[in-house]
Amino acid sequence: MIEIKGLSKSFGKKTVVEDVTLKIQAKAITSFIGPNGAGKSTLLSMVSRLLDADTGEVLLDQSDVKKMKSDAFAKRVAILKQANHLNIRLTVRELVSFGRYPYSKGRLNKEDQKFVDQALEYMNLTDMQDKFLDELSGGQKQRAFISMVIAQDTDYILLDEPLNNLDMKHSVQIMKILRKLVDELGKTVVIVLHDINFASVYSDRIVALKDGRLVKDGPTHEIINSDALREVYDMHIPVQVQDGCRICVYFNSHN
Amino acid sequence: MGLKMRLWMLISAVIILSVISLFIGAINIKPSDLLDWESLETQIFLISRLPRLLAIILAGAGMGIAGLIMQSLSRNKFVSPTTAGTLDAAKLGIIISMMFFTSMSYIGQIMFSFAFALIGTFIFMQLLERIKFKDVVFVPLIGIMYGNILGAISTFLAYEGNMLQNVDTFFQGSFTLVVSGRYELLYVAVPAIIIAYIYANKFTVAGMGEDFAKNVGLSYRAVLNIGLVIVAIISTTVILTVGIIPFLGLIVPNLVSLYLGDNLRKTIPHTIFMGAAFLLICDIISRLIVHPFEIPVNTTVAVIGSAIFLIMLFRGKAYAKK
Ligand SMILES: Nc1ncnc2c1ncn2[C@@H]1O[C@H](COP(=O)(O)OP(=O)(O)OP(=O)(O)O)[C@@H](O)[C@H]1O
Ligand SMILES: [Mg+2]
Repeated sequence: MIEIKGLSKSFGKKTVVEDVTLKIQAKAITSFIGPNGAGKSTLLSMVSRLLDADTGEVLLDQSDVKKMKSDAFAKRVAILKQANHLNIRLTVRELVSFGRYPYSKGRLNKEDQKFVDQALEYMNLTDMQDKFLDELSGGQKQRAFISMVIAQDTDYILLDEPLNNLDMKHSVQIMKILRKLVDELGKTVVIVLHDINFASVYSDRIVALKDGRLVKDGPTHEIINSDALREVYDMHIPVQVQDGCRICVYFNSHN
Repeated sequence: MGLKMRLWMLISAVIILSVISLFIGAINIKPSDLLDWESLETQIFLISRLPRLLAIILAGAGMGIAGLIMQSLSRNKFVSPTTAGTLDAAKLGIIISMMFFTSMSYIGQIMFSFAFALIGTFIFMQLLERIKFKDVVFVPLIGIMYGNILGAISTFLAYEGNMLQNVDTFFQGSFTLVVSGRYELLYVAVPAIIIAYIYANKFTVAGMGEDFAKNVGLSYRAVLNIGLVIVAIISTTVILTVGIIPFLGLIVPNLVSLYLGDNLRKTIPHTIFMGAAFLLICDIISRLIVHPFEIPVNTTVAVIGSAIFLIMLFRGKAYAKK
């Protein structure tokens, strides 16, 4: 379990994450939602140690993440950031192989290769594994990055808007794979999503941020309703139930 | 063409060029002359030709690797010892040591120059982190300007100290003065290249950016610093033994990257041999063009190198951006 305790972060005078305290349940999918600029990415970066918090702490299974060794941490928590401008030419397979870096330091053994093969297959990339990343479409590239994170085989997987650039089919496919990672392999997934219907259908819990503050934190069905969503987005969001899923139909909404 | 095949072709090219390099020069040496151990030809061969060949190979390979590391760590295809002030800083270091510490030993001068190269490059990398506008072309332009400022200080100091002439010949970039006894410092580049190969994966990961690197548990800063030390060692040894070799560190890694990508574990061997081959060709041209005299190799390198660089700039801007 990840415990976030009183985490704050300011850039200059602007406080972008303010005193956020929450527990991220293990072996579940938790979606972070909220308007642009709410502080979701900043929070995720602090949890994954890419960014230092001003105050507060993050505990990973009771131990302070700041005190963990970097390679030990890399075997437990993987993060994929929102925008990935990789301007080096690697093949898809090379990129995914670097997901094994915490274990192999670049010299992959048989087991590492197995993880790489599997991660490529999960993301439907086996056929393209020898292509250079700069020869891929935006969505294919995104899948390669996710594949790298999966190859890292960590208990905790943090993904910041991983569905960016992906078509519907691949979005659904990735959410299904994340579900499988949680249900079958017992991983913990934290994911930032703007499409709240994906959040509604696939996540166990939802955390909503707004202006740097935590405004909602609970099981999915408690958050996906018009009242709670109005608090988050300042907008009327009708919710319909379809095939047992709560679907938000906000496309033609009037405040 | 297979990649193994390409590497073998590069290696063969280096071998053939080496043989050519050994047997051209003001004095005609035939392979049969070498059978006589006492002959003048054998002496020239051992004291001048062989050291010169080794110096070319080491300098070419070394500058290629230095450029490769800098491009990876700065995440910019057009950053190299020439375009980041490394060479100018090393030069400034030597001039200061020659002017103000006249009693300093040769080793002392080397260390002084090394320290300047290291600090000079470090300052550029810091600068790079601070500027927001990280355009592929803009960044090396800043580096060139920065290098020119350091160069201007060097020239000023040399002028004040009445050493302008000395300094010019010193850094001309020539293998004419390479004889046994004057080039051995270049051997230091060998362990530097080997360490670069050992660290290849780390440099590649660092080249993916700080966040990627941290995510897989790499100590980004430490790797960055090790890379800079390697670059400074290679640049200093090359500049002190054969002078400034411009552009090589820029174009050779880029040519390799075109067909091989940017995984250093794969590209380092190719860069080593292509760098050596490139410098061998330039040196052979320098020695043949006004035979039996020769022009400084850095003139040839600059002409050929800047032409290739310009082509890369115009054709390759799109490619370098990726
Ligand atoms: N490095 C930075 N320097 C200054 N301000 C920053 C920095 N990073 C983020 N911010 C500011 O912090 C706020 C929160 O940014 P953050 O990226 O966490 O939002 P977000 O919830 O992920 O938004 P989005 O949905 O658009 O990705 C924004 O107002 C942003 O301008
Ligand atoms: Mg964000």
